[in-house]
Amino acid sequence: MSATPQLPPVAKLEQKTVVDLVSKGKRIDERGPESYRPIQIQVGLIEKANGSAQVHLGKSKVLAGIKVQTGTPFPDTPDEGVLTVNAELVPLASPSFEAGPPSEAAIEISRVVDRGIRESKAIDMKSLVLQKGKTVQVVYVDIYVLDHDGNLIDAASMAALAALVNSKVAKMEVKGDEVINKGGHHQLPLNNYPVAVTFAKVDRTIIVDPSLEEEQVMTARLTVTIDKNGDICAMQKGGLYGFTPDEVRKVVHMAVGKAAENRARIMAAAKG
Amino acid sequence: MNKLPEPKQPEKLIDDKGLRIDGRRLDELRPIKLEVGLLDKADGSAYIEQGKNKILVAVYGPREAHPKHIAMPERAVIRCRYHMAPFSVDERKNPAPSRREMELSKVIRESLEPVVLTDLYPRTTIDLFIEVLQSDGGSRCAGITAASLALADAGIPMKEMVAACAVGKIEGKLALDLSDAEDKYGEADIPVALVPNAGLVTLLQMDGHLTLSEFEQGFTMALEACKTLHAMQREVLKKKYATMKEAAEEREEAEVVA
Amino acid sequence: MDMVLVAEPKQVVAPGEVLAEGDHLLGDNAYRIGTKIFSACVGILEVDGNRVFVVPLKGGYFPRVGDLVAGRIVDIGLSGWLVDIRAPYEAMLPASETPGPRGPRRRDLSTSYEVGDMVLAEVLAFDRTRDPLLTVKGPGLGKVASGRVVEISAAKIPRLIGRKGSMISMLKKETDCQITVGQNGVVMVWGKSPESERVAVEAIYMVEREAHTRGLTDRIRELISRSRVVEQVAGTQTA
Repeated sequence: MSATPQLPPVAKLEQKTVVDLVSKGKRIDERGPESYRPIQIQVGLIEKANGSAQVHLGKSKVLAGIKVQTGTPFPDTPDEGVLTVNAELVPLASPSFEAGPPSEAAIEISRVVDRGIRESKAIDMKSLVLQKGKTVQVVYVDIYVLDHDGNLIDAASMAALAALVNSKVAKMEVKGDEVINKGGHHQLPLNNYPVAVTFAKVDRTIIVDPSLEEEQVMTARLTVTIDKNGDICAMQKGGLYGFTPDEVRKVVHMAVGKAAENRARIMAAAKG
Repeated sequence: MNKLPEPKQPEKLIDDKGLRIDGRRLDELRPIKLEVGLLDKADGSAYIEQGKNKILVAVYGPREAHPKHIAMPERAVIRCRYHMAPFSVDERKNPAPSRREMELSKVIRESLEPVVLTDLYPRTTIDLFIEVLQSDGGSRCAGITAASLALADAGIPMKEMVAACAVGKIEGKLALDLSDAEDKYGEADIPVALVPNAGLVTLLQMDGHLTLSEFEQGFTMALEACKTLHAMQREVLKKKYATMKEAAEEREEAEVVA
Repeated sequence: MDMVLVAEPKQVVAPGEVLAEGDHLLGDNAYRIGTKIFSACVGILEVDGNRVFVVPLKGGYFPRVGDLVAGRIVDIGLSGWLVDIRAPYEAMLPASETPGPRGPRRRDLSTSYEVGDMVLAEVLAFDRTRDPLLTVKGPGLGKVASGRVVEISAAKIPRLIGRKGSMISMLKKETDCQITVGQNGVVMVWGKSPESERVAVEAIYMVEREAHTRGLTDRIRELISRSRVVEQVAGTQTA
């Protein structure tokens, strides 16, 4: 059951400060309404993973690890590999995260990032098949939130993409009835590079990349995931309030440029 | 023994006459049936059939929050459970809540939060139970449309009712109110919920592939459909409560004449 | 500024329906956006002078200080009882609000009221920060030992009482029953015979069903007199 979340323990006075600043076009960290916090991306930190990336988005920190293993395909898609995305909000990341099964927030992050990758066809699922209907490669995208200072969806999306770009996959070969490791690696083939851009509505102003303080006063948020062609592959509205149709249109347009900027950062970090 | 046919991928989603597999035009809603106040024990209830979707919604509340620690001091907590019956889909679904059901419970709750006047009932919960008895695409939207009616039926003060509808893309064309097969084999799906007076979009999701211009067209189409559904909600609600009045007045007139 | 009624008074309105435009005063369940006034629930539009309000057709009981309520004891605590008054909040009847010597000890509490007992009480205190507090100190309050319990929608209680108590007085007289109406929709009925109690109960349910219709008072009177005829006939047959 989903329940209205408890209010964050923030003083009304602090909340008012944030709202007032935003309405004047400023933000508490002096950014403009359309600016992201500083973004740092590092790849390849976890050698045992096929690919990995850590993203610092302001003070938010997210680590994504990719594991590619052989497994069985789903019965209704015998000619496709398997993609599974899982995000965890581990307790060390925030006083508000508890140990236990994934919360609805963790599930939402997982599913939004998954949609971005899956619907943009970033991974060629057919290329992951080794023996049709029997053996395929399974791509596990595991997202670990290490520090929560807001906008975990964008941080997770960037970390997942950077980790995928960074991923090397073992060369597998089918000999008769068996699938064996040929030795050596190749880059995981990617066809698209989806990037999520999240906007928050604070009173009547729309800002991009809300920090935790801004998330605590926002009335609603809208995430738009844009692919390499500037097309939309996922959207998700969250929060207790809503957007006017015009605000939605404005946000969608703004997302295209922002996604391109962040995509360039990811590609530079992942390939360099 | 009655063996159900195995669903197969349809050859075409749109035929040469521009009609869909169920005979609808691209801009047509599925047949809709709405009923309100059909359960006895719930404080409010509603039922919707939209195409093959059959969804029952019950509201309990406002009631004392149990356990007490989930209560909020200034307003009611809204709790929402979207759940699919195991027999509601082609392949039996495990009754345990899936990640999809958890996500949908959240987005459905968030689509209704803006209209309920929760400040009037501090320290209580308003519980919404959405049971999908048969699912055929667009169940979260149909669930929201019915849930609004159930909340109104429970007498819970609300600014207005919320109506929801999805638009998708099938074989390159934008289509209203996708069925399950169309969603499965189509290229995009946009579920939308609208609060008409306030002009607020309270549910918006999308998956698939759309250019900005396709999104714009589809989004506008969905908003129009929400307005149509909203008018239906209002009619059903008023009719239900007006008939009590009319029946009694008719009887009175009959007695006077006799 | 012009004041225009958009919806028809005495008709059913839905949440979000436009009731009026202009400077009207807002009563219960009406809210304003700009110049338009909307309904916040499903109910009947009423206009009183330039005040616009909606009488809800459904809805539970919301406690008010001073209300007479009938409730069921659901738990015994350290210093009092928890009472179900069919409201969104559980009510508390402290031992200090019962008549008699002060400070009964815990095991004495159950000799006053047991779980399952019905009590008539008054709402002593209630606000946004705490659950309703009840008292049974007062004439006619306390444990209800007999009679029938009828639960109807709290929204229909004003109609059951009637203008200046006209409906309830008529009911008591015509059925020859004692009837105590709780504001929380719980009505206690005591009759000289099970038959007269049954007629009273039926009449109360009829009021609930047909609260917003014309000519209700006459129909109720008719129902009661018809039942009396049946009673008399049955009486003569068994005699």
